[in-house]
Amino acid sequence: MSDPQNPIPQCPVVMATALRFVPLAPLSVSLTAFSRKITRKHPDLFNRLGEYSRVAFVLDPTDLPVVVLLEPNGGAPRIRLCRRRVAGAARISGPLAALLGLVHGAFDGDALFFSRDLVIEGDTAAALALRNAIDDAELDLAHEAAALSGPLARPFEQLIAFVELRTGLCLTRPEDAVQW
Amino acid sequence: MDLTVGPNQFFWSAETWAAFYTDLAQSLVDRVVVGELVCSKRLPFYQDRIPETISRLVEAGKEVALTSLALVTLKRERKLTADLAAMGVMVEINDLTALAHLPENCAFAVGPLVNVYNEGTLKWLAAQGARRICLPPELPIASVKALTQVASDLGVAVEVWGHGRLPLAISGRCYHARLHGRSKDNCQFACEDDPDGLDVLTGDGKPFMAMNGVQTLSDSYACTDHQIDLLRQAGVSALRLSPQSDGFLKLCKLYRQRLDGDLPRGDLERSLRTADPNVRLSDGFLTGSHGAEWSGESGARSAAS
Amino acid sequence: MVMEIVCPAGTPAALRAAVKAGAHTVYCGFNDETNARNFPGLNFDRAEMRAGIAFAHDHGAKVLVAINTFPRAGSEAIWKRAVADAEICGADAVILADLGLLDYAARSHPGLRRHLSVQAAAANADIINFYAETFGVKRVVLPRVLSVPEIAGINSETEVETEVFVFGGLCVMAEGRCSLSSYATGLSPNMNGVCSPASHVEYQNDQGALNARLGGYLIHHVERNEPAPYPTLCKGCFSAGEKTGHLFEDPVSLNAERLIPQLQKAGVTALKIEGRQRSKSYVAQVVRYFRAAVDALDAGQPMPEGMLARLSEGQAMTTGAYKKTWR
Repeated sequence: MSDPQNPIPQCPVVMATALRFVPLAPLSVSLTAFSRKITRKHPDLFNRLGEYSRVAFVLDPTDLPVVVLLEPNGGAPRIRLCRRRVAGAARISGPLAALLGLVHGAFDGDALFFSRDLVIEGDTAAALALRNAIDDAELDLAHEAAALSGPLARPFEQLIAFVELRTGLCLTRPEDAVQW
Repeated sequence: MDLTVGPNQFFWSAETWAAFYTDLAQSLVDRVVVGELVCSKRLPFYQDRIPETISRLVEAGKEVALTSLALVTLKRERKLTADLAAMGVMVEINDLTALAHLPENCAFAVGPLVNVYNEGTLKWLAAQGARRICLPPELPIASVKALTQVASDLGVAVEVWGHGRLPLAISGRCYHARLHGRSKDNCQFACEDDPDGLDVLTGDGKPFMAMNGVQTLSDSYACTDHQIDLLRQAGVSALRLSPQSDGFLKLCKLYRQRLDGDLPRGDLERSLRTADPNVRLSDGFLTGSHGAEWSGESGARSAAS
Repeated sequence: MVMEIVCPAGTPAALRAAVKAGAHTVYCGFNDETNARNFPGLNFDRAEMRAGIAFAHDHGAKVLVAINTFPRAGSEAIWKRAVADAEICGADAVILADLGLLDYAARSHPGLRRHLSVQAAAANADIINFYAETFGVKRVVLPRVLSVPEIAGINSETEVETEVFVFGGLCVMAEGRCSLSSYATGLSPNMNGVCSPASHVEYQNDQGALNARLGGYLIHHVERNEPAPYPTLCKGCFSAGEKTGHLFEDPVSLNAERLIPQLQKAGVTALKIEGRQRSKSYVAQVVRYFRAAVDALDAGQPMPEGMLARLSEGQAMTTGAYKKTWR
C-alpha cells in the first residue's frame, strides 16, 4: 500500500531468478567480509545496538528467493544468505528496495510500517534498535563496496549508478534528496 | 495504619452522593476526602451539599479534606481552585494549580494524581507545607519504602492506594461524550449512567480499562490484601480506599479488620470474591511486573489472566 | 519575529539532518531513562551530545536537552548528573518536568536555562506563572489538551514563552499523568521514558491481517490493505457498551500546519515537532517543510501546501485539541 505516485520498486525478476540458482555460501562469505569492513568504519553502530548486539536478525527481502541472517555478534558480524526459513530474534520483511532505502536513509522506517510495506515479527525492540542504529550510521553500501574494489572503484560506481537508474533500487545515500 | 476514603471519582446523583457520606460518617474510617476530582461540570449538581457533608463528617470525628480538580484549564475551574482554601478544611491538591492559590504557610495534603516519584519532590512539597501525601498508584514498593523514610523525617504522613479502580489517566477529552457521539460541552452527562465507570474491553473481549468521563481507570480493582504487612513495615501510615457504588461500607470494615489483625492475609480477598465471584483484582504496581497483575491465590480469575 | 521551529533528534545523524534542514532548535536526550523517548538504539551518549551541540552551534542552531522523566526514588543522582552534564556539554536549555529536579536545577545550575516539559502538564496561566516564579522557568511546552483560544488566553496572562506541538504523535491523555502503559506492561513514560514499549509489542500475521498486542492485550487488528498504526494503548480499538472502535482516539497524528498563523496570533513563541523515535529522513523532511511555512508566514506569503500525510501514523491527521470540537 505504498504511495501510488511513488511506489516502492520491485526487485528485477532477473536478479530474483539468478538468486534461485547461485551458490549462496561464497556470497555469504563475501557479505560477511564486507560487513566487517563496514563495522571497522562504524563502530558506533554496534554500541547503539546495546543489548541487541548479540541477537540474530532475519532480513527478508520479499521479492527475492533468499533471506539474510544477520548476526551482529558484538561487533564481529556474520551474514548468511539462506533459501529456507531461518529463525532469528526479529524478522524484518519488505521489498528489497524498502530495506535498502532504509539503510540509505531514503525512507522512514515508521512510514514504511504505517503503509504496511515493512513487516516486523518477533522481538520488536530488537528490530527498532537495529533500525535506529543503522539510521544513525549513515551508511552508503555502494560507496563502501567501491572503496573495496581499489583501482576499479570508479567503473564500479558507474555500474552502480546504471543499476540504480534501471532498477529504482536505492544503492547509495541520496544527498539530502528524500524520497517517499 | 489509618484508612482514608479518597474523593468519589464518579458522577452520582446528589441524593446518592449525600447518602453515601451520611453512611460513611458512621463507618470505621479515619479520614475522608470530599469534592469533585474529575469533571467541573458535575460539581453544580451536588455543590450545595458539600458544606453540610463536611460538618457531618467532622462531627462524627473524621478528618476531612477537600480535593482540587485533577486537571484545571478553564477560567471557571481556576476560580473554583482558588476558592478551595476558603472552605475551612485542609485542601488535597490533585493538580499543582491548587498550590499556586494556597495562602503562604498553609498546610495541605497531596493526592495521588500529583507526581511524587522521588525524595527531592517530596522534600520540596514538604517545605511548601505538605503534611500528607498519597503516592501515585504506579509506584513500586521500593519507591514507597524510600519515600516513607524521607517523609517520616519531615513529619509527612504517607498514604498508598489501597483499594479501588486505579486512576490511570486524565484527558481534555470526554470519552463518555465521545462514545455517545456528543461534544464535551454538550455531553448531557452521559457518565451518570455508569456509577463505577464503563468497562472497556479489548478486541478479543478481555476487560482492560474503564471510562469515566475525562478519566480512564483500570478495569481491575486494586486490592492490597497481600501487601498490607509489607506496607506497614515500609512505614506507610494510611491506605486509601476509593468509593464504589456497591458494598463500600463492608469494604471499609474488611480493611479495618485486616489492618487490626482480625482478618488473616487472603481472607479479605476471599470475602470480596464471595460477595462478587466475578470481581477482577490487581496489585501489580506494588509488587508485580505490571499494574494489572494479581498476586493472590485466585490468580486464575485475576485481571492479569 | 519568525516563529521558532523546534525539532526532534533521536540520533546524532538526525540532529545534523535537522540542523541542515533549517531547524532553529533541536531537542534530544541522553541514552538512558532520564528522557521520555528511552527507546532501544536511540539517543546520545555524553560525547555525542557534546559533539552534537557543537555542530548545532556552529550552524547557528540551539540544542535543548530533555530530562523529562520523573527521577526514581533512591536514584535521583542519575537525573542530577544528566542536568549537570547537559550544562557541561553546552546545552542552551534543559527541559524538565519533575518538581524536585526543577528545584535542584534552579539551585545548583542557575545559569542553565530551564524549560518546563509537556510532561508537567501545566495547562493554565496560574501554574505556569507559579513555575516561573518558583523555579525561574523561561518557557513552557503546553500540554496537548488546550484549544487555540485557551492558548491565547494563557499568553495574555504570562511572560513565560510558550511552545506548542504542531506535528507528530499525539497524546490523548494529559502528558505526564498517564499510567496506562505501566498498567499493561510495567513500563511507563513517567518512570521509564517509554509508552507502550516495543519490548512488549507482539505482531502476529493473521492471514494477511496484522494483529498487534501489547502486554498480551489485543490493541489492533488491521486488514491487509489498511494502514498500520503504532500499538499505542490510547489509540487502540476497544469496545464499551454497544460500541466498538477507537474509543479514546483514532490512530492519527497531529498536524496543525493550517493553524500556524492562528498560533502566532495567539502569542506562541515556538512550534514543536514530535518524533525523536523517527528517522533522520523524516526529521529532515518535516523540518524543511515547517521551516518554509514559518518563513513564508513571516514574509507575508502564502503557506506551502501540505504533503506530510504519508509520514503520519495510520496515514491520517488531526488538529487535536486546538479545535475545541476535538474534546
